[in-house]
Amino acid sequence: MTAPNAASARSAPPNGIAPLLAVRDLVKHFPITRGVFRRRVGAVRAVDGVSLDVFPGETLALVGESGCGKTTTGRAILRLIEPSAGEIRFDGADVRALGGDALRRLRRQMQIIFQDPFSSLNPRMTVGAIVREGLTIHKLAEGEAADARVRELLDEVGLRADVASRYPHEFSGGQRQRIGIARALAVEPRFIVCDEPVSALDVSVQAQVINLLEDLQREHGLAYLFIAHDLSVVEHIADRVAVMYLGHIVELADADELYRRPIMPYTQALLSAVPVPDPTRQRHRIILSGDVPSPANPPSGCPFHPRCPHPRKDDACTRLVPPLEEKEPGHLVACIKQTPTTVSWPEQQSAGGTMQPERIIPDALG
Amino acid sequence: MHPLVWIAAAVLTTLACGAIARAGDGDSGSPWRIALTRLRDNHAAFAALCVIVALLIVAALAPWLAPYSPIAQPDIVRLKNLPPSLAHPFGTDFASRDVFSRALYGARVSLSVALLAIVVSASVGTAYGAIAGYVGGRIDTLMMRLIDAGLSVPRILLLIAVLALWAPVPLPVLVLLLGLTGWFGVSRVVRAQVLSLRERDMVVAARALGASDREILWRHILPNVLSPVIVSITLGIANVLIVEAGLSYLGVGVRPPSASWGNMILDGADEIASLWWISTFPGLAIVVTVMAFNLLGDGLRDALDPRQVDG
Amino acid sequence: MTSTPAASAPLLSIRDLSTWFHTGGRSVARAVDGVSFDVMPHETVGLVGESGCGKSVTSLSILRLIERPGRIEPGSRIDFEGRDLLSLDDRAIRAIRGNRISMIFQEPMTSLNPVFTVGDQIAEVARVHSTASRREAWERAVDMLQQVGVPAPADRAREYPHQLSGGLRQRAMIAMALMMHPALLIADEPTTALDVTIQAQILELLAELQTRVGMSILLITHDLGVIAESATRVLVMYAGQIVEEAPVRTLFDAAHHPYTEGLLSAMPRLGDRRERLTVIPGTVPSPTQWPAGCRFHDRCAYAWDRCRTDAPPLYQIGAGHVSRCHLAAEPARRRAPAFAAAAPAS
Repeated sequence: MTAPNAASARSAPPNGIAPLLAVRDLVKHFPITRGVFRRRVGAVRAVDGVSLDVFPGETLALVGESGCGKTTTGRAILRLIEPSAGEIRFDGADVRALGGDALRRLRRQMQIIFQDPFSSLNPRMTVGAIVREGLTIHKLAEGEAADARVRELLDEVGLRADVASRYPHEFSGGQRQRIGIARALAVEPRFIVCDEPVSALDVSVQAQVINLLEDLQREHGLAYLFIAHDLSVVEHIADRVAVMYLGHIVELADADELYRRPIMPYTQALLSAVPVPDPTRQRHRIILSGDVPSPANPPSGCPFHPRCPHPRKDDACTRLVPPLEEKEPGHLVACIKQTPTTVSWPEQQSAGGTMQPERIIPDALG
Repeated sequence: MHPLVWIAAAVLTTLACGAIARAGDGDSGSPWRIALTRLRDNHAAFAALCVIVALLIVAALAPWLAPYSPIAQPDIVRLKNLPPSLAHPFGTDFASRDVFSRALYGARVSLSVALLAIVVSASVGTAYGAIAGYVGGRIDTLMMRLIDAGLSVPRILLLIAVLALWAPVPLPVLVLLLGLTGWFGVSRVVRAQVLSLRERDMVVAARALGASDREILWRHILPNVLSPVIVSITLGIANVLIVEAGLSYLGVGVRPPSASWGNMILDGADEIASLWWISTFPGLAIVVTVMAFNLLGDGLRDALDPRQVDG
Repeated sequence: MTSTPAASAPLLSIRDLSTWFHTGGRSVARAVDGVSFDVMPHETVGLVGESGCGKSVTSLSILRLIERPGRIEPGSRIDFEGRDLLSLDDRAIRAIRGNRISMIFQEPMTSLNPVFTVGDQIAEVARVHSTASRREAWERAVDMLQQVGVPAPADRAREYPHQLSGGLRQRAMIAMALMMHPALLIADEPTTALDVTIQAQILELLAELQTRVGMSILLITHDLGVIAESATRVLVMYAGQIVEEAPVRTLFDAAHHPYTEGLLSAMPRLGDRRERLTVIPGTVPSPTQWPAGCRFHDRCAYAWDRCRTDAPPLYQIGAGHVSRCHLAAEPARRRAPAFAAAAPAS
């Protein structure tokens, strides 16, 4: 990978291993309609050309702030939201081309667990019935065998087998999250989208669920797409990290590399803003000005340019869409001002650029 | 009059209410069981439920409970317009018929018309609302505009017009007409509920597991819209009772000689000042019944509140 | 920042505060159960704990915003600026709310009225608590929005809450809270609903406003990171009680209570990649049935017989450092957990 290539989206390609999931140029635009006749007056560009790979048994984290499109990306990959454009390949199969029974069979391989442990479980079903649903749909077990399998699954997520006859409202948030995990595991998936699975939980319970997810990954060789906004949790669980901003991936690298040497100014600000439970460490935060712009009306050029603190920011940033390119081995970044860049200086100048690109690592991250 | 049947009716009512009072004492956490327990702990709603149970039993046993035939006119000269007495607890009307017996039979007619009509309304309304909410998009918009159109027609006037032109209407047709003009509210409630349920993660999870639309509707959507449907059915019964009474009072609903509470009020309406008992007792029956259903409906709304089940 | 309580009189002094919820006769939820603490002038006190520990009920009790079936139990005492808040009549307590003590909440959208403009709502505070004319109040509202860093404040003031972003709404809430220059600001999870970059903005703003205005802040949060960056003194709540109180550095360097210790080691931190996170086993008990003895004993790695029967008092550990744990009396047990089955001590 000497020639930086945005479409490859592989930060550290493990030699010879084919990705389990390959996403290319995924787009999801939600139409904004008005009036009785639902006239289309615009679009929310929730996901705007996302490419990523997930390899067997690894955890790729997708981080970003609310409204950046990370949840939509996860659901579009599973076709729980129909993508507008792009390619999704799972184990070689073209996910977007599948329909009917073929899609149903594929659903066994790809599961999801949710943030909200309250809305994700049917309050009218017993825990046993919830966990059993996947077994019934895919005819994996019936009768006694299904009962036994449900008990085994509950045991695996750390719940007593006798909870099967009880109802979700009798459980705490952490226990409900375990039920949701058991439901996903029932169909023996190879890939799970974890959509903010610990954000709604208290610290002490959060640690329990994170450890459980890690244990299950080891035992079953699961691959996770771990969607989160909490960078401390992500650092703990992720092998690789993709940072999203306004529907785009702006940085993608190995977790160690990304946390040690964030290059995209947005990632730098994000990392410096995380409160650290250590009162002796007086850090200088990078305080970004303003809010995330609306994805219905995103800025031109680099989506981050209105808030970007990079000292070399100029008009070229407002006109050129930065490609996701390799700045260090296996470290992809979308920024035309952090060197090296394939967007040449003359090219930037003709787009109004006045300041030469330069690699800037702020003191706050020292 | 058969005292034994009366005793049997009283025993039955007590048993039924006792059973409801004891239900929910088990430690099962089923949301339905919890709702039942909560309903029982609401004194007004529980009393209303007992009144309704008693009314239903009395209506069902009317032929054995009534001391006289509701249509027999034993002596329209000497026995007409008698005030309440031991022989005729509610008195007799202008045709010498026993008002008490007619009120019992009237309960049969009024309650069964109301219950059957609400079954029609609830089925049509739930199906319509569920389809509109689940399919969504333009179809939903179109279906809801149709409901707006339906709601803009005054229900009573429409019914009077149809019933007057089509007189005399058989009871099943009356039931259908009442049912088919009363489902708009239910379907709006159901649609709103389905719209919000459709976006819930539990439905997304079912789709991720590969469940079909039919499975999702049956397992995840409909059981969760049942609560508001039950509440609106209960309140709807009270409403249908009043509409039926009104139509019968206007002479276009249940036709004499069949007794309904509405046409019984009509029987005594001209001389309400002097022969007060002819209209007053059926009138009271309507008031008590409607109030009971309204109280029960309110109680059910609190008992079935999903927020409390979730929390 | 006063950290020596002897130096001056406390601004707020809470003694034996109990707020119980009498739900349906059978069960009483003892959400807050005998809480005592002080807030000194100009200091930021952090009140930290997990959901259901009683921290929010504590803050609502201070302003007597407890609704039926909740009740502040007899014997509780809350003194503020030398007055007993619990003995004031409704009129007098209303004069304090939003004026001498004000509050900001986690979700500004539900605390702002959707049918009035932001400016109207902020100006309203001045109209209620002072004789300011409509015009003066509006001008002060715009000025306050400027002070909390809202860009184009005159335009923003004419907008409705739903037109503002989450960060701006929280700034508007802060402007409203600070309108009357309160002596005490109660901030209940002020940044929990916000993104991390916006959270950083708000925390920075609160710190800056505190030095400028000179108020005290009671910061309620579940996030120890926020506490570490903002508070000077920390109270840790568990199961309706304060289980540990310490200056912020002491708490993070030498936590005494096993619950605090567990919280600190359960949270993942930046720059600290461990194989496994330490967990606190079990779940938070229900406020209708707090465990007997020490309320943390069934989740504690050190618990021994005494913990199951004797409710521990607050032991003095060091200067300004107290802990509700019998380990203070028998420190040797910290190294040798009595439980073989329990998780290894960290």
